[in-house]
Amino acid sequence: MDKILEFISANQQMIYIVILMIFVGIEVIGRVPSVLHTPLMSGANAIHGVVIIGAIIVMGKAEADNYLALILGFLAVVLGTLNVVGGFVVTDRMLEMFKKKK
Amino acid sequence: MSEHILNICYLVASVTFILGLKMLSNPASARKGNLVAAGGMSIAIFATIFLYRNAETGEHLHNFGWIFCGLIIGGIAGTLAAKKVKMTAMPEMVSLFNGMGGACAALISLVEFNHLSKELALNPGSEFIASSQSTVLIIVLGLIIGSVSFAGSMIAWGKLNGKIKDFSFTGQNVLNLVFLLVALVLGAYLVTNPLHANFIYIIFILALLYGVLFVMPIGGADMPVVISLLNSFTGVAAAFGGFLYNNKVMLTGGILVGAAGTLLTILMCKAMNRSLKNVLVGSFGGNKNAVATGAGAQGNYKEITLSDAAMLMSYANKVMIVPGYGLAVAQAQHTCHELEKILAEKGVEVKYAIHPVAGRMPGHMNVLLAEADVNYEKLEEMEQANDEFKTTDVVLILGANDVVNPAAKTDPASPIYGMPILEVEQAKTIIVNKRSMKPGYAGIENNLFFQPKTSMLFGDAKKVLQDLCTEIKTV
Repeated sequence: MDKILEFISANQQMIYIVILMIFVGIEVIGRVPSVLHTPLMSGANAIHGVVIIGAIIVMGKAEADNYLALILGFLAVVLGTLNVVGGFVVTDRMLEMFKKKK
Repeated sequence: MSEHILNICYLVASVTFILGLKMLSNPASARKGNLVAAGGMSIAIFATIFLYRNAETGEHLHNFGWIFCGLIIGGIAGTLAAKKVKMTAMPEMVSLFNGMGGACAALISLVEFNHLSKELALNPGSEFIASSQSTVLIIVLGLIIGSVSFAGSMIAWGKLNGKIKDFSFTGQNVLNLVFLLVALVLGAYLVTNPLHANFIYIIFILALLYGVLFVMPIGGADMPVVISLLNSFTGVAAAFGGFLYNNKVMLTGGILVGAAGTLLTILMCKAMNRSLKNVLVGSFGGNKNAVATGAGAQGNYKEITLSDAAMLMSYANKVMIVPGYGLAVAQAQHTCHELEKILAEKGVEVKYAIHPVAGRMPGHMNVLLAEADVNYEKLEEMEQANDEFKTTDVVLILGANDVVNPAAKTDPASPIYGMPILEVEQAKTIIVNKRSMKPGYAGIENNLFFQPKTSMLFGDAKKVLQDLCTEIKTV
Protein backbone atom coordinates (compact mmCIF):
# COMPACT_ATOMS: atom_id res chain seq x y z
CA MET A 1 0.00 0.00 0.00
CA ASP A 2 2.75 2.42 0.98
CA LYS A 3 4.49 1.63 -2.28
CA ILE A 4 1.46 2.47 -4.37
CA LEU A 5 0.99 5.80 -2.61
CA GLU A 6 4.67 6.50 -2.97
CA PHE A 7 4.52 5.68 -6.68
CA ILE A 8 1.56 7.97 -7.20
CA SER A 9 3.09 10.94 -5.48
CA ALA A 10 6.46 10.37 -7.14
CA ASN A 11 4.82 10.34 -10.55
CA GLN A 12 2.20 12.93 -9.79
CA GLN A 13 2.99 15.09 -12.80
CA MET A 14 2.83 12.15 -15.18
CA ILE A 15 -0.49 11.01 -13.76
CA TYR A 16 -1.91 14.50 -14.22
CA ILE A 17 -0.84 14.36 -17.86
CA VAL A 18 -2.45 10.95 -18.33
CA ILE A 19 -5.78 12.08 -16.93
CA LEU A 20 -5.85 15.36 -18.84
CA MET A 21 -4.82 13.70 -22.08
CA ILE A 22 -7.61 11.13 -21.79
CA PHE A 23 -10.11 13.99 -21.73
CA VAL A 24 -8.35 15.91 -24.50
CA GLY A 25 -8.22 12.80 -26.70
CA ILE A 26 -11.93 12.16 -26.28
CA GLU A 27 -12.90 15.80 -26.64
CA VAL A 28 -10.79 16.49 -29.69
CA ILE A 29 -12.36 13.84 -31.92
CA GLY A 30 -15.79 13.82 -30.29
CA ARG A 31 -17.67 15.08 -33.33
CA VAL A 32 -15.82 13.58 -36.24
CA PRO A 33 -17.97 12.80 -39.33
CA SER A 34 -17.82 9.15 -40.37
CA VAL A 35 -16.17 10.22 -43.64
CA LEU A 36 -13.02 10.92 -41.68
CA HIS A 37 -12.93 7.80 -39.52
CA THR A 38 -10.33 6.08 -41.67
CA PRO A 39 -7.94 9.04 -42.12
CA LEU A 40 -8.30 9.89 -38.45
CA MET A 41 -7.44 6.36 -37.40
CA SER A 42 -4.47 6.45 -39.73
CA GLY A 43 -3.36 9.83 -38.38
CA ALA A 44 -3.64 8.63 -34.80
CA ASN A 45 -1.68 5.56 -35.87
CA ALA A 46 1.14 7.81 -37.04
CA ILE A 47 1.08 9.85 -33.82
CA HIS A 48 1.57 6.83 -31.57
CA GLY A 49 4.71 6.29 -33.62
CA VAL A 50 6.15 8.70 -31.04
CA VAL A 51 7.33 5.45 -29.45
CA ILE A 52 10.28 5.90 -31.85
CA ILE A 53 11.75 8.32 -29.30
CA GLY A 54 12.03 5.46 -26.83
CA ALA A 55 13.74 3.39 -29.52
CA ILE A 56 16.22 6.18 -30.22
CA ILE A 57 17.02 6.47 -26.52
CA VAL A 58 17.52 2.69 -26.22
CA MET A 59 19.75 2.69 -29.28
CA GLY A 60 21.73 5.71 -28.19
CA LYS A 61 22.40 4.30 -24.74
CA ALA A 62 23.44 0.82 -25.87
CA GLU A 63 27.03 -0.06 -25.01
CA ALA A 64 29.20 -0.97 -27.99
CA ASP A 65 29.68 -4.56 -26.75
CA ASN A 66 26.06 -5.30 -25.93
CA TYR A 67 24.99 -6.92 -29.19
CA LEU A 68 21.52 -7.87 -27.99
CA ALA A 69 20.73 -4.25 -27.15
CA LEU A 70 22.31 -3.01 -30.37
CA ILE A 71 20.40 -5.39 -32.62
CA LEU A 72 17.05 -5.11 -30.86
CA GLY A 73 17.46 -1.35 -30.52
CA PHE A 74 18.28 -1.01 -34.20
CA LEU A 75 15.26 -3.11 -35.10
CA ALA A 76 13.11 -0.93 -32.85
CA VAL A 77 14.35 2.23 -34.57
CA VAL A 78 13.58 0.79 -38.01
CA LEU A 79 10.11 -0.41 -37.01
CA GLY A 80 9.31 2.83 -35.20
CA THR A 81 10.35 4.90 -38.22
CA LEU A 82 8.20 2.70 -40.45
CA ASN A 83 5.26 3.46 -38.18
CA VAL A 84 5.86 7.21 -38.16
CA VAL A 85 6.82 7.82 -41.79
CA GLY A 86 4.47 5.25 -43.30
CA GLY A 87 1.63 6.44 -41.08
CA PHE A 88 1.94 10.10 -42.02
CA VAL A 89 2.45 9.41 -45.73
CA VAL A 90 -0.55 7.07 -45.94
CA THR A 91 -2.72 9.58 -44.12
CA ASP A 92 -1.59 12.34 -46.45
CA ARG A 93 -2.40 10.20 -49.47
CA MET A 94 -5.90 9.56 -48.18
CA LEU A 95 -6.50 13.22 -47.43
CA GLU A 96 -5.05 14.38 -50.72
CA MET A 97 -8.24 13.08 -52.26
CA PHE A 98 -10.41 15.35 -50.18
CA LYS A 99 -8.84 18.45 -51.66
CA LYS A 100 -11.25 21.11 -52.80
CA LYS A 101 -11.80 21.35 -56.51
CA LYS A 102 -11.73 24.53 -58.63
CA MET B 1 20.86 24.58 -21.54
CA SER B 2 20.33 21.81 -24.09
CA GLU B 3 18.02 20.06 -21.65
CA HIS B 4 15.73 23.08 -21.54
CA ILE B 5 15.61 23.29 -25.32
CA LEU B 6 14.76 19.58 -25.46
CA ASN B 7 11.89 20.09 -23.03
CA ILE B 8 10.55 22.98 -25.09
CA CYS B 9 10.77 20.86 -28.24
CA TYR B 10 8.78 18.15 -26.50
CA LEU B 11 6.21 20.70 -25.42
CA VAL B 12 5.87 22.00 -28.98
CA ALA B 13 5.53 18.43 -30.30
CA SER B 14 2.83 17.59 -27.74
CA VAL B 15 0.84 20.64 -28.76
CA THR B 16 1.14 19.77 -32.46
CA PHE B 17 -0.20 16.28 -31.74
CA ILE B 18 -3.29 17.67 -30.05
CA LEU B 19 -3.75 20.33 -32.70
CA GLY B 20 -3.12 17.82 -35.50
CA LEU B 21 -5.70 15.41 -34.16
CA LYS B 22 -8.19 18.23 -33.75
CA MET B 23 -7.65 19.39 -37.34
CA LEU B 24 -7.86 15.81 -38.58
CA SER B 25 -11.45 15.59 -37.41
CA ASN B 26 -12.62 18.32 -39.79
CA PRO B 27 -12.62 17.72 -43.58
CA ALA B 28 -11.42 21.22 -44.43
CA SER B 29 -8.34 21.21 -42.22
CA ALA B 30 -7.56 17.49 -42.11
CA ARG B 31 -4.60 17.47 -44.46
CA LYS B 32 -2.94 20.41 -42.78
CA GLY B 33 -3.51 18.72 -39.43
CA ASN B 34 -1.61 15.67 -40.58
CA LEU B 35 1.31 17.83 -41.67
CA VAL B 36 1.30 19.75 -38.39
CA ALA B 37 1.53 16.50 -36.41
CA ALA B 38 4.25 15.20 -38.75
CA GLY B 39 6.24 18.41 -38.24
CA GLY B 40 5.94 18.09 -34.47
CA MET B 41 7.09 14.49 -34.67
CA SER B 42 10.20 15.46 -36.66
CA ILE B 43 11.08 18.13 -34.10
CA ALA B 44 10.71 15.60 -31.27
CA ILE B 45 12.82 12.98 -33.07
CA PHE B 46 15.75 15.25 -33.97
CA ALA B 47 15.70 17.05 -30.62
CA THR B 48 15.96 13.64 -28.92
CA ILE B 49 18.88 12.54 -31.07
CA PHE B 50 20.97 15.66 -30.51
CA LEU B 51 19.86 17.03 -27.15
CA TYR B 52 18.93 14.05 -24.98
CA ARG B 53 21.12 13.40 -21.97
CA ASN B 54 21.07 10.31 -19.81
CA ALA B 55 19.49 11.33 -16.51
CA GLU B 56 22.01 9.35 -14.39
CA THR B 57 25.29 9.82 -16.22
CA GLY B 58 24.58 13.06 -18.07
CA GLU B 59 25.96 11.56 -21.26
CA HIS B 60 24.69 12.44 -24.70
CA LEU B 61 23.41 9.64 -26.88
CA HIS B 62 25.89 7.78 -29.03
CA ASN B 63 25.63 5.16 -31.82
CA PHE B 64 24.56 7.91 -34.23
CA GLY B 65 25.51 5.68 -37.15
CA TRP B 66 23.06 3.02 -36.07
CA ILE B 67 20.31 5.51 -35.33
CA PHE B 68 20.52 7.32 -38.66
CA CYS B 69 20.88 4.06 -40.53
CA GLY B 70 17.67 2.84 -38.87
CA LEU B 71 15.87 6.10 -39.57
CA ILE B 72 16.89 6.06 -43.22
CA ILE B 73 15.96 2.39 -43.79
CA GLY B 74 12.64 2.76 -41.98
CA GLY B 75 11.94 6.09 -43.67
CA ILE B 76 12.55 4.84 -47.19
CA ALA B 77 10.71 1.56 -46.68
CA GLY B 78 7.78 3.36 -45.03
CA THR B 79 7.49 5.98 -47.75
CA LEU B 80 7.71 3.43 -50.55
CA ALA B 81 5.16 1.13 -48.94
CA ALA B 82 2.77 3.99 -48.27
CA LYS B 83 3.13 5.45 -51.78
CA LYS B 84 2.86 2.16 -53.64
CA VAL B 85 -0.13 0.72 -51.82
CA LYS B 86 -3.39 0.71 -53.75
CA MET B 87 -6.32 2.67 -52.33
CA THR B 88 -8.16 -0.59 -51.75
CA ALA B 89 -5.35 -1.92 -49.57
CA MET B 90 -5.14 1.14 -47.26
CA PRO B 91 -6.76 -0.60 -44.28
CA GLU B 92 -4.17 -3.38 -44.39
CA MET B 93 -1.39 -0.82 -44.55
CA VAL B 94 -2.64 1.01 -41.48
CA SER B 95 -2.79 -2.29 -39.64
CA LEU B 96 0.75 -3.18 -40.70
CA PHE B 97 2.16 0.18 -39.58
CA ASN B 98 0.28 -0.15 -36.31
CA GLY B 99 1.89 -3.53 -35.75
CA MET B 100 5.34 -2.01 -36.33
CA GLY B 101 4.67 0.53 -33.57
CA GLY B 102 3.58 -2.24 -31.22
CA ALA B 103 6.69 -4.28 -32.01
CA CYS B 104 8.83 -1.20 -31.41
CA ALA B 105 7.30 -0.75 -27.94
CA ALA B 106 7.81 -4.44 -27.12
CA LEU B 107 11.46 -4.34 -28.22
CA ILE B 108 12.14 -1.26 -26.09
CA SER B 109 10.77 -3.14 -23.09
CA LEU B 110 12.94 -6.19 -23.82
CA VAL B 111 16.14 -4.16 -24.13
CA GLU B 112 15.41 -2.06 -21.06
CA PHE B 113 14.68 -5.16 -19.01
CA ASN B 114 17.84 -6.78 -20.22
CA HIS B 115 19.77 -3.67 -19.17
CA LEU B 116 18.08 -3.52 -15.78
CA SER B 117 18.57 -7.20 -15.04
CA LYS B 118 22.29 -6.84 -15.68
CA GLU B 119 22.47 -4.06 -13.12
CA LEU B 120 20.44 -6.16 -10.71
CA ALA B 121 22.79 -9.10 -11.16
CA LEU B 122 25.75 -6.89 -10.26
CA ASN B 123 24.02 -5.36 -7.30
CA PRO B 124 21.41 -7.79 -5.97
CA GLY B 125 20.77 -5.90 -2.75
CA SER B 126 17.15 -5.85 -1.58
CA GLU B 127 17.10 -2.07 -1.53
CA PHE B 128 18.02 -1.77 -5.18
CA ILE B 129 15.49 -4.44 -6.08
CA ALA B 130 12.77 -2.58 -4.23
CA SER B 131 13.62 0.67 -5.99
CA SER B 132 13.43 -0.91 -9.43
CA GLN B 133 10.11 -2.67 -8.96
CA SER B 134 8.00 0.11 -10.41
CA THR B 135 10.30 0.20 -13.44
CA VAL B 136 9.84 -3.55 -13.92
CA LEU B 137 6.08 -3.13 -13.69
CA ILE B 138 6.12 -0.48 -16.41
CA ILE B 139 8.40 -2.58 -18.60
CA VAL B 140 6.21 -5.69 -18.25
CA LEU B 141 2.99 -3.82 -19.02
CA GLY B 142 4.55 -2.10 -22.02
CA LEU B 143 5.83 -5.45 -23.26
CA ILE B 144 2.48 -7.20 -22.94
CA ILE B 145 0.44 -4.46 -24.61
CA GLY B 146 3.01 -3.86 -27.34
CA SER B 147 3.26 -7.58 -28.17
CA VAL B 148 -0.51 -8.09 -28.24
CA SER B 149 -0.82 -5.09 -30.54
CA PHE B 150 1.94 -6.36 -32.81
CA ALA B 151 0.69 -9.94 -33.11
CA GLY B 152 -2.95 -8.86 -33.42
CA SER B 153 -2.17 -6.30 -36.12
CA MET B 154 -0.22 -8.84 -38.13
CA ILE B 155 -3.17 -11.23 -38.06
CA ALA B 156 -5.58 -8.41 -38.97
CA TRP B 157 -3.28 -7.49 -41.84
CA GLY B 158 -3.20 -11.08 -43.08
CA LYS B 159 -6.96 -11.38 -42.82
CA LEU B 160 -7.66 -8.21 -44.75
CA ASN B 161 -5.48 -9.22 -47.66
CA GLY B 162 -6.94 -12.71 -47.59
CA LYS B 163 -3.80 -14.60 -46.54
CA ILE B 164 -5.30 -15.76 -43.25
CA LYS B 165 -8.71 -17.33 -42.94
CA ASP B 166 -11.05 -17.14 -39.97
CA PHE B 167 -10.15 -19.78 -37.48
CA SER B 168 -11.75 -20.72 -34.20
CA PHE B 169 -12.24 -23.76 -32.04
CA THR B 170 -14.39 -24.50 -29.03
CA GLY B 171 -12.95 -23.15 -25.83
CA GLN B 172 -10.81 -20.65 -27.66
CA ASN B 173 -12.05 -17.77 -25.53
CA VAL B 174 -11.14 -19.69 -22.40
CA LEU B 175 -7.69 -20.56 -23.73
CA ASN B 176 -7.17 -16.90 -24.66
CA LEU B 177 -7.99 -15.78 -21.16
CA VAL B 178 -5.66 -18.41 -19.75
CA PHE B 179 -2.77 -17.11 -21.85
CA LEU B 180 -3.44 -13.55 -20.77
CA LEU B 181 -3.85 -14.48 -17.11
CA VAL B 182 -0.66 -16.56 -17.07
CA ALA B 183 1.22 -13.68 -18.71
CA LEU B 184 -0.13 -11.27 -16.10
CA VAL B 185 0.61 -13.59 -13.17
CA LEU B 186 4.15 -14.18 -14.42
CA GLY B 187 4.47 -10.43 -14.84
CA ALA B 188 3.35 -9.84 -11.27
CA TYR B 189 5.81 -12.46 -10.07
CA LEU B 190 8.58 -10.80 -12.04
CA VAL B 191 7.79 -7.47 -10.42
CA THR B 192 8.23 -8.97 -6.95
CA ASN B 193 11.26 -11.07 -7.97
CA PRO B 194 13.00 -9.17 -10.77
CA LEU B 195 15.99 -11.54 -10.61
CA HIS B 196 14.19 -14.25 -12.61
CA ALA B 197 15.17 -12.50 -15.80
CA ASN B 198 14.17 -15.28 -18.22
CA PHE B 199 10.53 -14.92 -17.30
CA ILE B 200 10.37 -11.85 -19.50
CA TYR B 201 10.74 -14.01 -22.61
CA ILE B 202 7.95 -16.35 -21.51
CA ILE B 203 5.72 -13.33 -20.95
CA PHE B 204 6.69 -12.01 -24.38
CA ILE B 205 5.74 -15.30 -26.09
CA LEU B 206 2.48 -15.63 -24.16
CA ALA B 207 1.49 -12.07 -25.09
CA LEU B 208 2.23 -12.77 -28.75
CA LEU B 209 0.10 -15.94 -28.62
CA TYR B 210 -2.70 -14.03 -26.96
CA GLY B 211 -2.57 -11.39 -29.70
CA VAL B 212 -2.81 -14.03 -32.42
CA LEU B 213 -5.66 -15.97 -30.83
CA PHE B 214 -7.52 -12.79 -29.88
CA VAL B 215 -7.89 -11.62 -33.48
CA MET B 216 -8.06 -15.05 -35.17
CA PRO B 217 -11.77 -15.79 -34.65
CA ILE B 218 -13.01 -12.27 -35.45
CA GLY B 219 -14.59 -12.01 -38.91
CA GLY B 220 -13.03 -9.90 -41.62
CA ALA B 221 -15.95 -7.48 -41.68
CA ASP B 222 -15.10 -6.45 -38.13
CA MET B 223 -11.40 -5.91 -38.80
CA PRO B 224 -11.66 -2.10 -38.92
CA VAL B 225 -12.95 -2.09 -35.37
CA VAL B 226 -10.17 -4.44 -34.28
CA ILE B 227 -7.51 -2.34 -35.98
CA SER B 228 -8.83 0.77 -34.30
CA LEU B 229 -8.75 -1.00 -30.95
CA LEU B 230 -5.20 -2.26 -31.49
CA ASN B 231 -4.29 1.25 -32.57
CA SER B 232 -5.29 2.56 -29.17
CA PHE B 233 -3.38 -0.35 -27.53
CA THR B 234 -0.21 0.75 -29.26
CA GLY B 235 -0.90 4.26 -28.01
CA VAL B 236 -1.01 2.97 -24.46
CA ALA B 237 2.17 0.95 -25.02
CA ALA B 238 3.89 4.14 -26.20
CA ALA B 239 2.64 5.90 -23.07
CA PHE B 240 4.31 3.23 -20.90
CA GLY B 241 7.50 4.14 -22.71
CA GLY B 242 6.83 7.69 -21.59
CA PHE B 243 6.62 6.54 -17.97
CA LEU B 244 9.79 4.52 -18.37
CA TYR B 245 11.91 7.43 -19.63
CA ASN B 246 9.96 10.12 -17.80
CA ASN B 247 9.37 11.45 -21.29
CA LYS B 248 6.40 13.79 -21.57
CA VAL B 249 5.97 13.75 -25.32
CA MET B 250 5.74 9.96 -25.46
CA LEU B 251 3.24 10.05 -22.65
CA THR B 252 1.15 12.80 -24.26
CA GLY B 253 1.15 11.26 -27.73
CA GLY B 254 0.51 7.77 -26.42
CA ILE B 255 -2.36 8.58 -24.11
CA LEU B 256 -3.89 10.94 -26.64
CA VAL B 257 -4.03 8.16 -29.21
CA GLY B 258 -5.11 5.65 -26.58
CA ALA B 259 -8.11 7.79 -25.62
CA ALA B 260 -9.01 8.99 -29.11
CA GLY B 261 -8.55 5.47 -30.50
CA THR B 262 -10.86 3.98 -27.90
CA LEU B 263 -13.53 6.56 -28.66
CA LEU B 264 -13.10 6.00 -32.40
CA THR B 265 -13.51 2.26 -31.85
CA ILE B 266 -16.76 2.87 -30.01
CA LEU B 267 -17.98 5.25 -32.73
CA MET B 268 -17.26 2.61 -35.36
CA CYS B 269 -19.18 0.00 -33.40
CA LYS B 270 -22.09 2.42 -33.11
CA ALA B 271 -22.10 2.90 -36.88
CA MET B 272 -22.73 -0.85 -37.14
CA ASN B 273 -25.13 -0.83 -34.20
CA ARG B 274 -23.10 -3.38 -32.30
CA SER B 275 -21.34 -3.32 -28.97
CA LEU B 276 -17.61 -3.74 -28.68
CA LYS B 277 -18.11 -6.86 -26.61
CA ASN B 278 -20.28 -8.34 -29.33
CA VAL B 279 -17.57 -7.69 -31.91
CA LEU B 280 -14.82 -9.22 -29.78
CA VAL B 281 -16.59 -12.26 -28.39
CA GLY B 282 -19.32 -13.18 -30.86
CA SER B 283 -17.31 -14.29 -33.86
CA PHE B 284 -19.13 -12.54 -36.65
CA GLY B 285 -19.33 -14.32 -39.98
CA GLY B 286 -18.46 -17.64 -38.39
CA ASN B 287 -22.13 -18.40 -37.92
CA LYS B 288 -22.86 -20.38 -41.06
CA ASN B 289 -25.89 -22.28 -39.70
CA ALA B 290 -28.25 -19.33 -39.97
CA VAL B 291 -27.31 -19.02 -43.61
CA ALA B 292 -28.31 -22.53 -44.54
CA THR B 293 -31.76 -22.26 -42.97
CA GLY B 294 -32.56 -18.92 -44.57
CA ALA B 295 -31.43 -19.73 -48.07
CA GLY B 296 -33.91 -22.43 -49.04
CA ALA B 297 -37.13 -20.47 -49.42
CA GLN B 298 -35.86 -17.71 -51.62
CA GLY B 299 -36.38 -19.01 -55.10
CA ASN B 300 -34.85 -17.49 -58.19
CA TYR B 301 -33.21 -14.27 -59.13
CA LYS B 302 -33.46 -12.63 -62.51
CA GLU B 303 -30.76 -11.12 -64.66
CA ILE B 304 -30.96 -7.94 -66.67
CA THR B 305 -29.13 -7.20 -69.92
CA LEU B 306 -26.83 -4.24 -70.26
CA SER B 307 -29.05 -2.46 -72.77
CA ASP B 308 -32.13 -2.88 -70.58
CA ALA B 309 -30.24 -1.53 -67.60
CA ALA B 310 -28.98 1.40 -69.68
CA MET B 311 -32.50 2.13 -70.89
CA LEU B 312 -33.92 1.97 -67.40
CA MET B 313 -31.37 4.41 -66.05
CA SER B 314 -31.51 6.85 -68.95
CA TYR B 315 -35.24 7.35 -68.55
CA ALA B 316 -35.22 7.53 -64.77
CA ASN B 317 -35.73 10.77 -62.89
CA LYS B 318 -33.50 9.85 -60.03
CA VAL B 319 -30.75 7.24 -59.75
CA MET B 320 -29.01 6.39 -56.50
CA ILE B 321 -25.68 4.59 -56.66
CA VAL B 322 -24.74 2.37 -53.71
CA PRO B 323 -21.03 1.65 -53.85
CA GLY B 324 -19.43 -1.23 -51.95
CA TYR B 325 -16.22 -3.18 -51.76
CA GLY B 326 -16.78 -4.53 -55.29
CA LEU B 327 -16.27 -1.01 -56.63
CA ALA B 328 -13.04 -0.67 -54.69
CA VAL B 329 -11.68 -4.02 -55.86
CA ALA B 330 -12.43 -3.25 -59.50
CA GLN B 331 -10.93 0.26 -59.12
CA ALA B 332 -14.06 1.44 -60.85
CA GLN B 333 -14.46 4.79 -59.10
CA HIS B 334 -13.46 6.83 -62.16
CA THR B 335 -15.78 4.92 -64.47
CA CYS B 336 -18.49 5.35 -61.90
CA HIS B 337 -18.00 9.12 -61.97
CA GLU B 338 -18.09 8.92 -65.78
CA LEU B 339 -21.48 7.17 -65.65
CA GLU B 340 -22.74 9.81 -63.23
CA LYS B 341 -21.75 12.60 -65.63
CA ILE B 342 -23.32 10.92 -68.68
CA LEU B 343 -26.57 10.39 -66.80
CA ALA B 344 -26.53 13.96 -65.51
CA GLU B 345 -26.20 15.23 -69.09
CA LYS B 346 -29.37 13.34 -69.89
CA GLY B 347 -31.11 15.18 -67.07
CA VAL B 348 -31.09 12.31 -64.58
CA GLU B 349 -30.51 13.24 -60.97
CA VAL B 350 -27.68 11.04 -59.69
CA LYS B 351 -26.63 10.66 -56.08
CA TYR B 352 -24.53 8.28 -54.06
CA ALA B 353 -25.79 6.54 -50.93
CA ILE B 354 -22.90 5.88 -48.61
CA HIS B 355 -23.25 3.39 -45.80
CA PRO B 356 -20.87 4.28 -42.96
CA VAL B 357 -19.18 0.88 -43.08
CA ALA B 358 -19.38 0.15 -46.81
CA GLY B 359 -16.10 -1.30 -48.05
CA ARG B 360 -13.56 -2.48 -45.57
CA MET B 361 -13.37 0.62 -43.40
CA PRO B 362 -15.60 3.46 -42.35
CA GLY B 363 -15.17 6.24 -44.87
CA HIS B 364 -13.56 3.89 -47.40
CA MET B 365 -16.10 4.78 -50.10
CA ASN B 366 -15.84 8.51 -49.50
CA VAL B 367 -12.10 8.34 -49.99
CA LEU B 368 -12.44 6.33 -53.20
CA LEU B 369 -15.09 8.56 -54.74
CA ALA B 370 -13.23 11.68 -53.71
CA GLU B 371 -10.25 10.27 -55.59
CA ALA B 372 -12.39 10.16 -58.71
CA ASP B 373 -13.38 13.83 -58.23
CA VAL B 374 -16.98 13.04 -57.34
CA ASN B 375 -18.61 16.14 -55.91
CA TYR B 376 -18.70 15.92 -52.12
CA GLU B 377 -22.31 17.15 -52.07
CA LYS B 378 -23.52 14.20 -54.12
CA LEU B 379 -22.61 11.79 -51.34
CA GLU B 380 -25.57 11.13 -49.08
CA GLU B 381 -25.09 9.65 -45.64
CA MET B 382 -27.27 6.76 -44.58
CA GLU B 383 -30.15 8.65 -42.92
CA GLN B 384 -30.58 11.13 -45.78
CA ALA B 385 -30.24 8.39 -48.35
CA ASN B 386 -32.93 6.30 -46.68
CA ASP B 387 -35.32 9.25 -46.97
CA GLU B 388 -34.55 9.58 -50.66
CA PHE B 389 -34.97 5.97 -51.72
CA LYS B 390 -38.77 6.37 -51.70
CA THR B 391 -38.56 8.83 -54.58
CA THR B 392 -35.82 6.98 -56.43
CA ASP B 393 -36.50 5.20 -59.71
CA VAL B 394 -33.36 3.10 -60.00
CA VAL B 395 -30.91 2.04 -57.35
CA LEU B 396 -27.63 0.79 -58.78
CA ILE B 397 -25.73 -1.35 -56.28
CA LEU B 398 -22.07 -1.73 -57.14
CA GLY B 399 -20.52 -4.61 -55.25
CA ALA B 400 -22.22 -3.82 -51.96
CA ASN B 401 -23.98 -6.63 -50.17
CA ASP B 402 -24.20 -6.74 -46.39
CA VAL B 403 -24.99 -3.03 -46.08
CA VAL B 404 -28.18 -3.50 -48.11
CA ASN B 405 -29.20 -6.87 -46.67
CA PRO B 406 -32.77 -6.61 -45.33
CA ALA B 407 -32.04 -9.51 -42.98
CA ALA B 408 -30.44 -6.93 -40.70
CA LYS B 409 -33.93 -5.57 -40.09
CA THR B 410 -36.14 -8.60 -40.41
CA ASP B 411 -34.27 -11.72 -39.33
CA PRO B 412 -33.31 -11.81 -35.64
CA ALA B 413 -31.28 -14.98 -36.29
CA SER B 414 -28.99 -13.23 -38.74
CA PRO B 415 -25.53 -12.36 -37.48
CA ILE B 416 -25.93 -8.81 -38.77
CA TYR B 417 -29.34 -8.35 -37.17
CA GLY B 418 -29.66 -4.81 -35.81
CA MET B 419 -27.10 -3.21 -38.08
CA PRO B 420 -28.63 -0.15 -39.75
CA ILE B 421 -28.78 -0.65 -43.52
CA LEU B 422 -29.54 1.29 -46.66
CA GLU B 423 -33.21 0.59 -47.28
CA VAL B 424 -32.93 0.23 -51.03
CA GLU B 425 -36.04 -1.91 -51.35
CA GLN B 426 -38.13 1.28 -51.08
CA ALA B 427 -37.02 2.33 -54.56
CA LYS B 428 -38.92 1.36 -57.70
CA THR B 429 -36.24 -0.84 -59.25
CA ILE B 430 -32.97 -2.19 -58.01
CA ILE B 431 -30.07 -3.24 -60.20
CA VAL B 432 -27.36 -5.19 -58.45
CA ASN B 433 -23.91 -5.49 -59.95
CA LYS B 434 -21.90 -8.35 -58.47
CA ARG B 435 -19.33 -10.73 -59.81
CA SER B 436 -21.36 -13.81 -58.86
CA MET B 437 -24.09 -14.94 -56.50
CA LYS B 438 -21.53 -15.65 -53.79
CA PRO B 439 -22.49 -14.19 -50.40
CA GLY B 440 -20.77 -11.01 -49.21
CA TYR B 441 -17.96 -10.53 -46.79
CA ALA B 442 -19.96 -11.50 -43.72
CA GLY B 443 -20.84 -14.77 -45.45
CA ILE B 444 -24.60 -14.25 -45.30
CA GLU B 445 -27.12 -14.87 -48.04
CA ASN B 446 -28.96 -11.72 -49.16
CA ASN B 447 -32.72 -11.81 -49.56
CA LEU B 448 -32.76 -8.63 -51.58
CA PHE B 449 -31.39 -10.36 -54.66
CA PHE B 450 -34.40 -12.65 -54.87
CA GLN B 451 -37.05 -9.95 -54.74
CA PRO B 452 -39.16 -9.27 -57.83
CA LYS B 453 -37.97 -5.64 -57.95
CA THR B 454 -34.35 -6.67 -58.12
CA SER B 455 -32.40 -7.62 -61.21
CA MET B 456 -28.83 -8.82 -61.30
CA LEU B 457 -26.12 -7.51 -63.60
CA PHE B 458 -23.17 -9.84 -63.26
CA GLY B 459 -19.57 -8.91 -64.00
CA ASP B 460 -16.60 -6.90 -62.85
CA ALA B 461 -17.79 -3.45 -61.72
CA LYS B 462 -15.41 -1.53 -63.96
CA LYS B 463 -16.20 -3.54 -67.09
CA VAL B 464 -19.94 -3.33 -66.47
CA LEU B 465 -19.82 0.41 -65.85
CA GLN B 466 -17.79 1.01 -69.00
CA ASP B 467 -20.30 -0.96 -71.06
CA LEU B 468 -23.17 0.87 -69.37
CA CYS B 469 -21.59 4.22 -70.30
CA THR B 470 -21.33 3.20 -73.95
CA GLU B 471 -24.89 1.88 -73.98
CA ILE B 472 -26.35 4.96 -72.33
CA LYS B 473 -24.59 7.24 -74.83
CA THR B 474 -26.38 5.45 -77.68
CA VAL B 475 -29.83 5.55 -76.05
